Amino acid sequence: MTTDTVKNEPLATEDAETASALLDVRDLHVSYRQGGRTVPAVRGVSFSLAPGDTLGIAGESGCGKSTMALGLLRLHGAKAQVSGEVLFRGEDLLTTTWSRLRAVRWAGASVVFQGAMSALNPVRTVLEQIVEPIVLHDKVSAKEAERRAAELLDSVGIPSRRMRSYPHEFSGGQRQRVMIAMALACRPDLIIADEPTTALDVMVQAQILELLAELVRESRIAVIMITHDLSLLAHTCDRLAVMYAGRIVELGPSRQVLDSPKHPYTRALSRAFPTIGDPASRLAPAGLAGDPPRPSEVGDGCAFAARCSEVTEACRTGEMLLWPAGPGRSAACLRVRPDHGGTS
Amino acid sequence: MTDIDTRTPALEVRDLSVVYPASGGRGPARAVDGVNLSVGQGEIVALIGESGCGKSTLARALVGLVKPTGGQVLYQDTPLDYSAIALKQYRRHTQLVLQDPGGALNPKQNVYDAVALGPRLHGLTDRLPETVRNALAQAGLRPPEDFFGRYPHELSGGQQQRVVIAGALALNPSVIVADEPVASLDASVRGEILKLMLRLRDDLGLSALVVSHDLGLAWNIADRVAVMYLGRIVEQGTVEEVLLRPQHPYTQALLSVIPSGAEDWRPTLLTGEPPDPTAIPAGCRFHPRCGRWAAASADERAASGCDRRELPVLAPDASAAACHLLSPTALETA
Repeated sequence: MTTDTVKNEPLATEDAETASALLDVRDLHVSYRQGGRTVPAVRGVSFSLAPGDTLGIAGESGCGKSTMALGLLRLHGAKAQVSGEVLFRGEDLLTTTWSRLRAVRWAGASVVFQGAMSALNPVRTVLEQIVEPIVLHDKVSAKEAERRAAELLDSVGIPSRRMRSYPHEFSGGQRQRVMIAMALACRPDLIIADEPTTALDVMVQAQILELLAELVRESRIAVIMITHDLSLLAHTCDRLAVMYAGRIVELGPSRQVLDSPKHPYTRALSRAFPTIGDPASRLAPAGLAGDPPRPSEVGDGCAFAARCSEVTEACRTGEMLLWPAGPGRSAACLRVRPDHGGTS
Repeated sequence: MTDIDTRTPALEVRDLSVVYPASGGRGPARAVDGVNLSVGQGEIVALIGESGCGKSTLARALVGLVKPTGGQVLYQDTPLDYSAIALKQYRRHTQLVLQDPGGALNPKQNVYDAVALGPRLHGLTDRLPETVRNALAQAGLRPPEDFFGRYPHELSGGQQQRVVIAGALALNPSVIVADEPVASLDASVRGEILKLMLRLRDDLGLSALVVSHDLGLAWNIADRVAVMYLGRIVEQGTVEEVLLRPQHPYTQALLSVIPSGAEDWRPTLLTGEPPDPTAIPAGCRFHPRCGRWAAASADERAASGCDRRELPVLAPDASAAACHLLSPTALETA
């Protein structure tokens, strides 16, 4: 925990911690070109991840969380401009060559996309789809690759008799298991899971999360998990980053972020998932009025100010940084500053 | 809650079944397989279940979009008449709100036309602008005039769902059947739409059946809950009864997988995929996935008969669970 403390502070100076990081993201910006204008979707995101770390990224649609995650591996189309640094084992993925990047994708870091039906190739068996990256990246024989693919599918609970089936022959939960097996195919050090359980039933969702947690425990793979469901992340990830309008607004150990949020947005988000049995939420759903700003409309001051119940005049003009907010925690809210002295 | 009148239900189904004919080498699918359910005047009932349990089919049967193979749908004690004219009349009173507002709205139709669609179909065009204005205001889109000329792509997900709800309200219905009304919405918007549904009940006395997989939604807005599994309601009662003191092993499992605040959270994972309505197991339809059955000794199994004895269909407004292991005889032997 004590070493985590240093690592979690985005404003901390570079030190030995960042050098040993698996992934070190510094001031990542992603903008889209839209009708002659540049629309910022991710506006300066920094965090780092040690081997075996699990980081949850929460936020509403349009907050930039998926754009950010895709940006890490330059998976955007040509319309996106990405700047900043994404150091993966010390190598900047934003400036490295395409051939190096291709080597990192799959073997270094792989992605589990939401909606396995559209991410899987419908005309090839699931076995073939897992064999392919193994053959390409690990330069092993087809037979050896097939043996490994079968082992992987078995480890995610797909029986060997189904391996030569096509994606449409599986249920949604099984397809997501195939996606996870595929992400593991080249033994990566990092898995980026983008809403891995969104379209699934609660029971299947719990199964998939349990599977992911087990794999992480066994192999010390680091995970970045993206979802809008805060309560889900608290159980699967050690740390939690909450994003709003293209920036991280709160970062810290999951349980603490969920139980005692420092940022008003995190507070609103955590209340939106009621605890069954809690009299405060019985016949009293909690929401958050208004909508997040469109990326093209983000101006000065705190982007959340328009929806915040605790807004002050200073919020509308000052620049928001991730200020320290207790051990291992930080929040981009002016209200955390007096308590902690402020370091900006 | 005293003004909820369950004695004369707004909407009721009796022994309802919907069987889809066999296709693609599979047998007939018994999507709804014997259901009693009632929604009282001004009452909100949550129908909870996993995908494939038949909850959406039941919702469609309630609004007359699916004709039941057996049993009845009753609106204010009158069985539904499936002639085209009677159905059209019926749909003025019972409106369906679907999950995905983006898909429910015509992208080429502005908000005014989307909300006016229902009244126009029913020839209620006398004071149409006023009807549309009221419906939008009731759905929380204020000032309503600002939204008239806007198109779906210019609205956020929450606003789109409000337009869909306004479209339902424009016909001044007495019952709303909502199929996963917040599943595709963001967390903060979810709460706002649920607040709206509670307000509509309080202000307009609307009754609602809300179909969802989300037990938290039931805790947030419902008076009663029915839990559906493979075409049957396996447990129902007030929200407090079912969610705080669940009796059926399936309800218990569903509740256990919700990430809780507790450090020692231990979900009860049901093995296997959601079951298949073309192959409903004999006896208790849940027994192949039931933890209690799996843990039972041979003697207990023989005594309970979970794998061979049919369970009775629960009465429409009973607080009960359909489980052999809960019956007095089973408890004695256990």
